Amino acid sequence: MEVSADDEKTGSGGHAGGPDREAATGSREQDAPATKGERDRGAKIADQTSATTPEADTDGQPDEGGGSSPSADPQAESPATATATALQERTEREAEWEELARRYRADEATIDFSTQLGAVATQDEAELLTINMGPHHPATHGVLRLLTTLEGEVIRDVKPIIGYLHTGIEKTAEDKAYWKVIPVVERMDYLAYYFNAMAYCGAVEDLLGVEVPKRAQYLRVIHLELNRIMSHLVWLGTTMLDLGAISILWYAFRERETVLDLFEYSSGQRMHTRYFQIGGVVEDIPAGWATKLQRFLDEMPTRLDQYEAMLSKNEIILQRLKNVGVLDARRLQEWGVSGPLLRAAGVPWDLRKATPYSSYDDFDFKVPVGTIGDNYDRYAVRVAEMRESVKIIQQALDGLPEGPTITEDRKVALPPRHELATSMEALIHHFKLVTEGMRVPEGEAYFPIEGPRGELGCFVRSNGSSKPARVHMRDPSFVNLQAFGDMARGEYIADMIATLACLDPLLGGIDR
Amino acid sequence: MPDLAAFERLADIVAAGDDGAVVATDHADRRSEIQVRPSALVETLDRLRSQGFEHLMSLHGVDYYPEEPRFGVLYELLSFKDQDRLTVKVRVPLSDPIVPSVTPGWPTASFQEREVFDMFGVVFAGHPDMRRILLPDDYIGHPQRRDFPVGGEPVLFTGNEQRNPGWWK
Repeated sequence: MEVSADDEKTGSGGHAGGPDREAATGSREQDAPATKGERDRGAKIADQTSATTPEADTDGQPDEGGGSSPSADPQAESPATATATALQERTEREAEWEELARRYRADEATIDFSTQLGAVATQDEAELLTINMGPHHPATHGVLRLLTTLEGEVIRDVKPIIGYLHTGIEKTAEDKAYWKVIPVVERMDYLAYYFNAMAYCGAVEDLLGVEVPKRAQYLRVIHLELNRIMSHLVWLGTTMLDLGAISILWYAFRERETVLDLFEYSSGQRMHTRYFQIGGVVEDIPAGWATKLQRFLDEMPTRLDQYEAMLSKNEIILQRLKNVGVLDARRLQEWGVSGPLLRAAGVPWDLRKATPYSSYDDFDFKVPVGTIGDNYDRYAVRVAEMRESVKIIQQALDGLPEGPTITEDRKVALPPRHELATSMEALIHHFKLVTEGMRVPEGEAYFPIEGPRGELGCFVRSNGSSKPARVHMRDPSFVNLQAFGDMARGEYIADMIATLACLDPLLGGIDR
Repeated sequence: MPDLAAFERLADIVAAGDDGAVVATDHADRRSEIQVRPSALVETLDRLRSQGFEHLMSLHGVDYYPEEPRFGVLYELLSFKDQDRLTVKVRVPLSDPIVPSVTPGWPTASFQEREVFDMFGVVFAGHPDMRRILLPDDYIGHPQRRDFPVGGEPVLFTGNEQRNPGWWK
């Protein structure tokens, strides 16, 4: 109802046509100031009452007065007085509502949106609605809360509110021996556990100055890339699910299951495998694992073709993805965004190429980039990355060197089991490592790697004891989420969900 | 990581015109670090940006308890052009934990400065929205400080609210 307070009482007599209407509406006009809509309604009711009162009261004339319908209590009062009472009640109720609405408007006017919305809310003509999404909308991919400001269906501003999944892992890590921290940090970004372990182990290896054997580096690469495929598959399935493409979820999760089986085969766990150790990997791959991996590598490109056949020619998907959530590379870089999001905007920055770690320079692979940085590019880049990952794994598997899988440094890695029976030295090392852990020389290290969502860096500070004095994970989701407001602003609310999905935030990593 | 000569050149650029700006430098195997005075921080980052370190990849806090000045804030800079990394560090004492905010120049610092404030209680002067980010707004204390105990925080369940009236005191 578009009525303002100064409309009241102007031309109040103009609407009351006949003398009976004057009588019907007169009492109300003294009670409360009437608004235009109310006057119109009042006149309509007056019409009805004046039409019903003289003659027919049996034809069930629609009476909006609620409880006092003529058929309900015809004997109690004469119809004329009944309707007059009803009208009286109605006008009182309406005056009350009017008052409440007026108070609400006054309250609303005192809210200072400018602190929340910046310049957006100051446009006078915009009728903005601030709604809360979350903290657990299923399409938000985690316990994320979005304070969304809408103008109609268009996003004018969105503020992510985080912290619902904060578990204090960084604090917990300070209370554990170095090698016991690995399972804790693995649980930060729960779809990229190998990456978390890699970043942490890399930082500690930097501090220790340990050389990781070549075979261990290759095994790490194989598992990291499998993990990247797995993470992207989860992303693909859930994102397309948000867009309404349900079948792809089952196909993507079928292949993900194959990868998880491989993880289980090599380390005993499907997730949070604790396979990477400081100085190498915990054990060599079991017999038959390579054959199983080869079978996966052979079928994966075909599977990716199938996904693309399902999605890349799907008109609905294309319309939902193309030119949605566009953010140019310069702005993305200001927000510190890295990984597939930045590459989708055309910046070929990949830490595996730029500053190779763990023998990535041995492998031949391409860095897929997009063109304009819309959601379609983000999708295309991730699918292309899976293909490149398959290539890397194939090369690493073919060229897997012989040798130890963990450093020979007994101060860092546990001695082989059989040595414990024959060597006193080995027994002492084993005992020291298991009880106290390793002592790491004083210093600080920041070890960045290319995670599935961008630069995953681990900062470790050692004060010379057997527990880290500080472990910090620079999680890509946490940093990338800051750019979400810029991506979603000006989009439809339905596209905001798609854009959020294409951002691929992992709340376990964001909140840590 | 820049080699030693390049690193010294960068340190000279940072120190130019302001003798006290650089507090310490550290050039190790895989890490080079310039420690500056808090008041010279924004200027330092701007100068390094003009040297190609255009990306602030990470910003995190460290508690050096019991050393003084106790808190450290680290800025991990990255140069896409040279594929180099450089760390800038500031140290502030517990009595005056104020660091100038770099969010106006580097928007990516926004969430990360809030996290450092949340976890260590280091205040970033000039940050547009200096609030807690991961912990609840009414949380008391800064848990990543080294003297903040692990555990010992009462957890409210329906059961122990009844069994233990006044648990919040």
